[in-house]
Amino acid sequence: MTAVIELDVEGPAAPPRANGELVFAEPWESRAFGLAMSLNESGVFTWDEFREELIAAISSWEQSAAPGDCYSYYQCWLTALERISVTHELIPAHSLRERAQELADRPAGYDHGHDHGHDHDHDHDDHDDHDH
Amino acid sequence: MSTDVTADRIPIKLRTEALEQLLVERGLVDPNVMDAFIKTYEKDVGPLNGAKVVAKAWTDAEFKARLLENGTTTVAELGFKGPQGEHIVVVENTESVHNVVVCTLCSCYPWPLLGLPPTWYKDPVYRARVVKEPRAVLGEMGLSLPESTEITVWDSSSEVRFFVLPQRPAGSEDLSEDELAALVSRDSMVGVAEVVVS
Repeated sequence: MTAVIELDVEGPAAPPRANGELVFAEPWESRAFGLAMSLNESGVFTWDEFREELIAAISSWEQSAAPGDCYSYYQCWLTALERISVTHELIPAHSLRERAQELADRPAGYDHGHDHGHDHDHDHDDHDDHDH
Repeated sequence: MSTDVTADRIPIKLRTEALEQLLVERGLVDPNVMDAFIKTYEKDVGPLNGAKVVAKAWTDAEFKARLLENGTTTVAELGFKGPQGEHIVVVENTESVHNVVVCTLCSCYPWPLLGLPPTWYKDPVYRARVVKEPRAVLGEMGLSLPESTEITVWDSSSEVRFFVLPQRPAGSEDLSEDELAALVSRDSMVGVAEVVVS
């Protein structure tokens, strides 16, 4: 046989044989998805514009990935969303960098408190509807 | 070009949080609208929609003819429309031809019929390999087709999103439309599985 890349038998890239796969593996993925949908819905960019950025981000990952690097589709998705937010002048690039750094600089354990309004992570399951 | 907007050393969930905060602060994203989108695609839109389309096509010849003629308007008859639902083209499996769908560039997929794509559909390995050696890939995914069956690979794009109408399985003659729909898996509508009577 020629060199064949095997599909994963288990793990996130494995082909499931049933319908019941979680749509989002982590809460931030669903936030990134929802942001793109919202911006598209309000006409800030077209889906094709976003798709072009997404293709570029995926292609860039595929060209630069080292063997064994774990592919994250939604990481490419977020990269595309950051770029389109900047190119469409929704947010200056430096603001994105600064805000992300501010969040990273928060003291350890910040997100286990209850006095922060950003309920993206731990409170995501507040409807307790992950029922399968 | 303004690539590398945020440094890779910042965890992805914080990059996402930063982007969301800034977009919400600027009034560009309404958190309620966003939450509704997420909930809809996490919970409400899924492969069952596509399964209903397949079951109806199996039991209603006129519907099937319309479906193969114009996928988008015909599935809209059943109320299935929305983002990524434009330009749906339905391809029919037969004894001699098996269809399988991929999006080689990203992840184009008929959302209104199947929900969001599974991880393997987005994976670089599936996207690259199913085009080059579909029979081998299908075999690894548990679908062994006879050599006499021709395999056609359809590359979805923003212009066209393909949807496979699987073959109705033997032994399903007495089943109702609802019972048929229950047999139809997501994978069969992407073309990486067949429908069998359970």
